[in-house]
Amino acid sequence: MTDASATAPLPGIAPSRSVAGDIWRQFRAHRGGLAGLFVFVFIVLAVYVGPYIHQVAPNTINVRERNQWPSWAHPFGTDNLGKDMLAQVLAGGRISLAVGITAMLLALLLGTLVGVLSGYFRRLDGPLMRMTDLFLALPLLPLLLVILMLFRDTLRSAFGPETGIFILIVFVIGITSWMHTARIVRGDVLAVKSQEFIVAAKSSGMREHRIIIRHVLPNVLSSIMVSATLGIASAIITESALSFLGLGFPSDFPTWGRLLYDGANFMQLTPSRVLWPGLAISLTVLSVNFMGDAIRDALDPRALKR
Amino acid sequence: MFTYTLRRLFFAIPTLLVISFVIFALLDLAPSDPTGDLPLTIPPEVREQIRASLGLDQTFLIRYLKWLQQFFVNEPLNLLESLTGWQFGDGERMRVLSWATRSPVVDLIVQRLPQTLWVVGLAYLFGILIAIPIGVISAYKQYSIFDQVGTFVSMVGYSVPTFFTGIVMIVVFSSYLQWFPSVYDTNLRVTDLDSLWLQVKQMAMPVAVLALYNASQITRFVRASMLDNLNQDYVRTARAKGVKEKAVLLVHVLRNSLIPVVTVVALGVPTIFSGAIITEQIFRVNGLGQLLITAVQGADIPLVQTLTFIFALLIVLFNLIADVLYGILDPRIRYD
Amino acid sequence: MRKVKILLAGTVAALAVSGSVAHAERGTDGELKILFWQAVSTLNPYLSGGTKEVYSSSMVIEPLARYDEKGELTPTLVTEIPTADNGGVSPDMMSMTWKLIPDVKWSDGTPFTAEDVVFTWQYCTAPDGGCAQAAQYEGVKSVEAVDPQTVKITFSEPKYYPYSAFVGAQSPIIQKAQFKDCVGAKAPGCTSANFGPIGTGPFVVKDFKPNDVITFEANPNYRDPAKPAFATVTLKGGGDATSAARAVLETGEFDYAWNMQVEPEVLATMLQAGKGKIETAFGTQVERINLNWYNPDPALGDKRSTKEAGPHPALSDPAVRRALSMAIDRTIIDEAGYGESGQPTCNIVPAPDMYISTANDWCLTQDIEGAKKLLDEAGWTPGPDGIRAKDGVRLSFLYQTSTNSVRQATQELVKDMWSQIGVASELRNVSASVFFGGDPASPDTFQKFYADVEMYTNNFDGTDPEKYLAEWLCDKVPGPENGWQGQNIPRYCNPEYDKLVAELAKTGDLGKRAELARKANDMLTAEGAHIPLIHRGQPSAVSLSIEGLRMNAWDSELWNVADWSRKK
Repeated sequence: MTDASATAPLPGIAPSRSVAGDIWRQFRAHRGGLAGLFVFVFIVLAVYVGPYIHQVAPNTINVRERNQWPSWAHPFGTDNLGKDMLAQVLAGGRISLAVGITAMLLALLLGTLVGVLSGYFRRLDGPLMRMTDLFLALPLLPLLLVILMLFRDTLRSAFGPETGIFILIVFVIGITSWMHTARIVRGDVLAVKSQEFIVAAKSSGMREHRIIIRHVLPNVLSSIMVSATLGIASAIITESALSFLGLGFPSDFPTWGRLLYDGANFMQLTPSRVLWPGLAISLTVLSVNFMGDAIRDALDPRALKR
Repeated sequence: MFTYTLRRLFFAIPTLLVISFVIFALLDLAPSDPTGDLPLTIPPEVREQIRASLGLDQTFLIRYLKWLQQFFVNEPLNLLESLTGWQFGDGERMRVLSWATRSPVVDLIVQRLPQTLWVVGLAYLFGILIAIPIGVISAYKQYSIFDQVGTFVSMVGYSVPTFFTGIVMIVVFSSYLQWFPSVYDTNLRVTDLDSLWLQVKQMAMPVAVLALYNASQITRFVRASMLDNLNQDYVRTARAKGVKEKAVLLVHVLRNSLIPVVTVVALGVPTIFSGAIITEQIFRVNGLGQLLITAVQGADIPLVQTLTFIFALLIVLFNLIADVLYGILDPRIRYD
Repeated sequence: MRKVKILLAGTVAALAVSGSVAHAERGTDGELKILFWQAVSTLNPYLSGGTKEVYSSSMVIEPLARYDEKGELTPTLVTEIPTADNGGVSPDMMSMTWKLIPDVKWSDGTPFTAEDVVFTWQYCTAPDGGCAQAAQYEGVKSVEAVDPQTVKITFSEPKYYPYSAFVGAQSPIIQKAQFKDCVGAKAPGCTSANFGPIGTGPFVVKDFKPNDVITFEANPNYRDPAKPAFATVTLKGGGDATSAARAVLETGEFDYAWNMQVEPEVLATMLQAGKGKIETAFGTQVERINLNWYNPDPALGDKRSTKEAGPHPALSDPAVRRALSMAIDRTIIDEAGYGESGQPTCNIVPAPDMYISTANDWCLTQDIEGAKKLLDEAGWTPGPDGIRAKDGVRLSFLYQTSTNSVRQATQELVKDMWSQIGVASELRNVSASVFFGGDPASPDTFQKFYADVEMYTNNFDGTDPEKYLAEWLCDKVPGPENGWQGQNIPRYCNPEYDKLVAELAKTGDLGKRAELARKANDMLTAEGAHIPLIHRGQPSAVSLSIEGLRMNAWDSELWNVADWSRKK
């Protein structure tokens, strides 16, 4: 038996069952994946629908009610300017989720592209990997300051302060975090490429891009999935670091990473200030991780036959 | 493989030159200034004189060439002199001088290496040592309690940033329990058991924080890669042939699963040299990470340039090592 | 000085008199541990003008005279302060003479002479040296050693306030023998001298790890045989302000931590541990919002915020400038970000006492209704979105500052207060190294001021505000022609003001000087060159076991470290 046959259309499967349906059945069978999906949908719903239920503006300052512990009026307490923490966590979630997922996807796309190309095509390997080395070596902070100097004002005038900064942040995180994925994917592709089923596919005259999509990618998927989950976590945290350079959103835009950072010093005074943003980040990453596991299992060429 | 290694080493030279040029250009373009953190009471004329005394009034190319000469000619000669006692020329060579401290950059790096190796290096080592067994067991017993707990701890460990875990540790272990010092003493010399104990105590918190973070990352890759390989045909073949389960796991599966792990570790080892900026700041370890961040903030270009270049050197070297290891782990991988 | 908390001053005086008391012996109190969260990079303050370098080196090298905690000059290495009355300053204000104390020794045992003082001047004024304290020697024509105990300074023009060279922690005397081969371009090469200057102060450098930790030992040749009480000092650097406060107040690992820019409630939590206290000294630091008098519209490209861009469309209206100041509740900003270490102020020269003006104290009380009325009268009426506008110009401002949690909180509070009078603002924070970096290529420096309003702190050295008030002169406006290096950040220009400052420079009488300075200060605030917010103090965390500390904002905070001791 060869692995090549695994991804080829299986004769035993009834034509009415689509590939997507198969994947969904596999996914549903994965308890962790379902739980992850449930939690993730809950978080997304909470941050988008929540503000209609908890109708407190995240930026309302009330100095008389600062540093409060949780109460009915402020279920997550307040910060040192008297801003409602629940409203801030919800508002922060919208930005953090958007930044985290978009930036992760961009990094993943770039990293996978570079990794697959340099792993699969020997001629591209040298130049692409040396470019990866260069990006790995660039000092991050000066790089960010230069990007900020060159592009901020252009983007701000083209897209307005918020969208402009969003694009800038996603771009910055994306282009500074694809290298690990690229190196990892390349290593996996090198190993997969030398296996018999690829050689077989090649000798059967299959086109290169079909080989990559049908045989190579599914076999390196697990590493990509791990990179994706870790990528969301680091993108959310990196965003908060960027705002200290003046590269992030203006200081009255809460994000999970920044709520956690600002709250860290108030840990003993109002623990709920760090508890909730921290929990939100962890839960998001955990749920994405379990969904990733389930997707990987569902797409696993060998698992389909089980 | 040998010719491949030689060829790669040869190509590393132009690569590194290009990298050093790009870094220098980037630092030059960056808007920070060495007089940026001086008090505002120092007037602009004086700031201009300070910049001139740092050589900032020269053109970009001259400054770059000077750095090249200082780093590639003067510093190695100096090192050779101090190692062998020979004398080359009059010894009046301009070394790479940091702008903020006005002292040779190489001396600063040598001064910082011990604490960085103790803390960041050990944390990385512990991270790997913890991660591999946990990853292997998690994959072997997929979806068991052990796996679920491991997944939970590692995802939380990775998604909660070190600035947070560091402060929690200090509040709990330094403020309340008073077990460990919150400030790392870089003057401590380990000479006997007592001082070793002090060293262990002051290292405990930063190492724990970093090791958790590193282990979280590596263990995910080990687990994923093991899972891929456990389903492979050769595993079934080996089992069918009656190879012991332990041998199947550790000899066949682990070996084949190590490729992504080797990649991640090879990417991680050079970062030991660049230090752990946040953790070093929180515990005041003042290693290479703190050196780099103060230099970046103070726009100390010679120091940032040198540190970053050594970092680049290590990246190129360790990625080469990783590529060679791929070939050893999986003999089917060929580059020629 | 009413704002300085003089603690334990009586104890110190007692110690100083009874030098022979058993517990006041040199080196009997063990180790003193100091924490600077910004690490010290060199011990030569002439090569790095940073506050941390000046403070740490003040334990080793000393000036001829220094300011005490009340801002008064006290002799250090001289017998008395030269004045016109005692003949030390010539009647034409062209020269002054310092008399050194006899028999002072450097820590290496060699005698301290007038030659060393002359050399210090030569060292800092040598071409290509890049001396960071060169401004202290401005206007000095020559420094001569009349005899080994007498130094004569000659000025190039009459100097009505002559106490700058060799006065204060910024211009200490260095040893000629040690630095004689390190003058000018050779200065940076003398690493061992820069890292371990020989001084006359109470401590000597034993070991220096740049940007990390300094170890000092008591100076065996210090002129007072009973001091210092501590045998060694460890000065550790790095980290952040909050964890530094924690190391003194909560874990008690350190005795002293400098520059506690920490939210007041966080400090209050730490103080509950009962291990330390916060000491604050008020100098001349004022956190202010500068208003841009020129147009910063990005559409103008490189011309923005320069004279060519023309006046600001909204901020050129005095009513708008005044309304912005009236809308701010400084007490709330103070409580949220500064606590004990700040006071609301309407002055740009907040101290010493004789310069304090009360002419603008209207700004101390928030007056939302008054501000609204003022804007209404000036024709700025609220639009459909609640933001006021006139002739198509909206009162919407880009508000920038450096990255710092207290500043970001202040920004949010001010934005909230301004929104109450129909003024919108967009907040921006810039990394401090860029904001204060002054790189002409960067659009984000505070000098370029590519924003409508910006906030930061400035102050002046010593107690005399003449040089400081000269920063608002018309010809100090930053622009491309001077490489954006002017200090008149708001681009304020008023010939009347220029005349006032010129008069100040020609006045010798102290009372008259104070009057002129107050007038200049009032003019700046009343016309709205800026909005003063908070008179900031310098808070430090001190262990309860330390005695003899006198917090000083006019000189190095460690100025009297020789008198510190540990409570038995």
